[in-house]
This record gives sequence, structure tokens and C-alpha cells, in this order.
Amino acid sequence: MFPLLNSLRIAGISTVIIFFVGIFAAFYISKAPRLVKGVLDVILTLPLVLPPTVVGYLLLRVLGPKRILGAFFLSVFGIKLTMTWWSAIFATAIVIFPLMYRTARGAFESFDETLAHSGQTLGLSNTYIFWRIRMPYCRQGILAGTVLAFARALGEYGATSMIAGYTPGRTATISTTVYQLWRTNDDALAFKWVMINMAISAAVLLVVNMLEKKSKSSPKAIEVEG
Amino acid sequence: MALFVDIEKRLGAFNLKVAFEAENEILALLGASGSGKSMTLKCIAGIENPDKGRIVLDGRTLFDSEKNINLPPQKRKVGYLFQQYALFPNMTVRQNIAVAIKDKANAETIISEALHTMNLEGFENKRPHQLSGGQQQRVALARILVNEPDVLLLDEPFSALDSHLRFRLEQELRRTLRGFDKPIILVSHNRDEVYRMSDKIAVIHDGKIKDTADKKDLFTHPTSLSAAILTGCKNISPIKKLDERRVLAINWGMELALDRDVEDAEFVGIRMHDIRLGEGVNAFKAKLLEEIENPFSYTLILGGEGFEEFESLSCKINKEYWQNIRSEYVDISLPPQSILLLKE
Repeated sequence: MFPLLNSLRIAGISTVIIFFVGIFAAFYISKAPRLVKGVLDVILTLPLVLPPTVVGYLLLRVLGPKRILGAFFLSVFGIKLTMTWWSAIFATAIVIFPLMYRTARGAFESFDETLAHSGQTLGLSNTYIFWRIRMPYCRQGILAGTVLAFARALGEYGATSMIAGYTPGRTATISTTVYQLWRTNDDALAFKWVMINMAISAAVLLVVNMLEKKSKSSPKAIEVEG
Repeated sequence: MALFVDIEKRLGAFNLKVAFEAENEILALLGASGSGKSMTLKCIAGIENPDKGRIVLDGRTLFDSEKNINLPPQKRKVGYLFQQYALFPNMTVRQNIAVAIKDKANAETIISEALHTMNLEGFENKRPHQLSGGQQQRVALARILVNEPDVLLLDEPFSALDSHLRFRLEQELRRTLRGFDKPIILVSHNRDEVYRMSDKIAVIHDGKIKDTADKKDLFTHPTSLSAAILTGCKNISPIKKLDERRVLAINWGMELALDRDVEDAEFVGIRMHDIRLGEGVNAFKAKLLEEIENPFSYTLILGGEGFEEFESLSCKINKEYWQNIRSEYVDISLPPQSILLLKE
């Protein structure tokens, strides 16, 4: 069961990180001047269209034991940034970032700014307005982005296999395990893992669809209780 | 208590430059859309920043470009009633009011009082989208009033409502505001609404204030072209001065005798209902170009013999009366005391 747990913890941790990073990037960029917005948008969306192997390659060039960051962490803290189970978090986080960022930005852009203005004139702090008015208003878009990012994180293979490798019981994830089993002709077991992966992904997509339906039937994200 | 505003703001080609003062009264900013009236409110509230100038409320400086003072909206104590009310959609009526209360210890009492005075009892657990336009406006007002602002800004308070609802809501709002003994700035493009609601009116056109006056004076003696147009004067013509008491109305090709000096006026105007039928001073025979039937009156579009190329005059006339005297040519007169002398 190790690959399943490892996949889930990598996907879970990177989704939590990207939830916050993506939301704050989306919030500030949706307010940026047009030129800055255009440039940053291209850079931040790039991981969505690049082959994961390119992301993996670039990561290795930075985090590898002989590269800038990798060498620094190795010599100062004695930590090797590659070939551990959590190395995959770097890869996964970068690959799923655009999904979170773009859906959150779309949600923020549909927000009615007069709500923020009325909150300000009533003396509410900007932090309160962000978490208690803006986020609930954009909740469905952000939730959909989070689930989608998690689903993609679960399926990450290319960049993960390059930076974390495949060590059974240590860095193996579902996707790298399937590849390894297929390579070693263990068809029956590979098929089992394929089924597990498909079941999880289907469940996640079902959740996304349900969220989208709900947001269509209630145009302003106000129908959800709680 | 008083609000003092003197600000400038450039927005592309548009230049806002307004100055006015309001005591504990309702001051209306009357202007067409795009005249800068909403932007003025936003500057007072601190949602937008002026480029230059000063805003002082009750001796507290909210904004001063020279002294580098610019209080955030949270610290200004400015109550802003937005056009669409801007209630928080994820909160109930009770929560919408509760967030604005400063005296948290007595929140429960304040909420019950607000619900009672604003006639919202029974709606406290509803969400904004479950309320009618009028109820939403009452919640928005309740929320602002429990916040204890030092000035109230009303941005086109009836524009989001159906016309049959407006009249009742207007009365309701007037009643609510009577107890608010602080400056109130009302922004609107509707002259009737402004006349009924306010004490003083400032006419704003293209980012500038053209005329500030007591509402009665403004409607009887507007001095600017914009004020005449916005208070509903339909007949306006540039003039050529003949002597101190006589002008040529260029658009109508007629000489007009006045009961006061022209001074530096550049236009004359006369309201539709001030044009008299029959003989009198400044009389002439007009040709009927068109008659438009209104529910309780006719609007006549009149032209003159020999100057058809010029702009027509419109006048309003009682229905029955017109049905009796209807003809192709009409004798009309422009009483000197009804002629408005206007400047750009």
C-alpha cells in the first residue's frame, strides 16, 4: 500500500501549499497593472503547457546535489533535496500551480469590488474582508481549482520520476509504480494500481463536476449553506 | 457638524474639480451620468484618491494632499449607501448588520432596535438575494446607521428599483433620514427626486460644479446652462444682445423684451409650461409642427414662419384646453418674467 499513501501525502501536501500560494498570487496579480499581469501570467502558466520532463529537468538543474540550491542545502544543512519522497512535492507543486492560480484568478475577477468597498467604509479590516467576504464569494471557483489541482497532483509522473526517482517503499508513487510494474512484466499488479488510480481520479472529477453544476445554478455562490 | 470638500482628480481626459460645503442638511449633487458625481462620493469615502485638495469632516481632516494626509476608508466614519446596496451575499440580514456594529457588547440590543425601526423584523435570517429591492435598501441603511457615521453618502438610491416602488421608498427614506442630524450628500440624475429629497442642490456637469443654490431658487432661477437643462428646461437658445433689455434669440429668430438687464448672459431659456397661449409681450404666431399626447397633457412642437431651419420650441398644454383651440397656427407669448438668463 506504500505507493498509495505516498501518492496521497505528496498530493495532499503540495495541494495545501499551492492553495495558499496560488490564491495570493491570483489575488495580487488580478489587481496588477496590465503589463505586469500579462508577463506574470505567461510565466506562471508555463508549467501547465510544458512537458513535465522539462519541469523535472529545470528542477534538477537547481536542486541537484551539485547545483546552486542543492549544493547549498547539502553543505549547510546536510540535506539532500533530490531522491527523497518529499522531493516529489517540488515537482508536483510546480506542475499543479497553474491550475490553482488560474481558477482562483478567474474567481477573483468575477468578484464585485463594491462589496469590498462597502466593507471598508463600514470599518472592516482588509484581512476580514478577504477571508470573510471575498473568499466565500469566490468559494466555488477556488474549491474547484483545489480539487482539480489535487487530482492532477495525484497523477504527476514525469517531473516526479526525475527528481524523486523510483525506490520501492521510499519514493514510489502510484504512477511510478505502474510504470515499474509494467516494465517488469507484472501485468496483474500493474492493472490493480491502474484501477485504484482511475477510481480516485474519477471520484475527484465527479466532485469537480458537482461543484461546477452548483455554481451554475447559483450564479453568485450564495446558495451554499454554512 | 459640516463636510468641506475641495478636490481635483484627473482620469484620462476627464477632469474632476469640485468644491462644496454641507451643513447638517441634505445636499444633492445633480448631474447626468459621467458628470463625476459618483467619483466625488468615492473620493469622500476614500475608495478613490483625489490628486489634489482637501476633505474635512467635523474638523477632522480626511484628506489633505499638501499635508500628506489620507485616512483609509475604515477610519473616515463615512456611511456609503451603494447603488446596488452591496450587501454581503454570504451573510444573513442579522450578520450583515452585526458586522457593522462597533459597540460589540451591546450588539444584540442594537440589532433588535435596528430591525425594529427599519421594519425588518422576521427577515433577520434571510439572505440578501431573498429580499426585495426595498428590503435590501433598508438592510443597507440599517447596517450603515448602526455603524454611526458622521456623514451619509447616497449614491442614486432609487436607481435599482422599479418606478412604482420608487415613490414609496422615497417617502420611507425621507422619514428615516429626518432623524439623522448630520450632513447627507445625495447623488442623482433625477430632478424630481432631488427636489423632493434635498434642501440644497449643486449642479455638476463635466466634473465641475456649475450652480449651488437652495433648491427652490435653483428651479426658479437657474443661472447656468447645465442647471437649466438638468432642472428640465427644454427651450434654450443662444442670444445676441440688442440692448440692456432686449435680445435676439438666435435659434428661434425672435426678439425678446426682458424685465431685467442682460448683463453677461449668453443664453435664454423658457420652461415648457411657462409659454403662454394667446396675446401678450413677446408674442408671435407659431406653426404647429407636431403634437405629442401625454397622459394628462399635450406637448406641442412649434416652429416659426420663415425660420423653419431653426430649432423648434416645445410647450406643454392642458389636454381639454388644446382640444378646444387646436389649429395649425398658434399665438404664443413668452412672458418676460419667465425668461431665464443663463451663462455657460
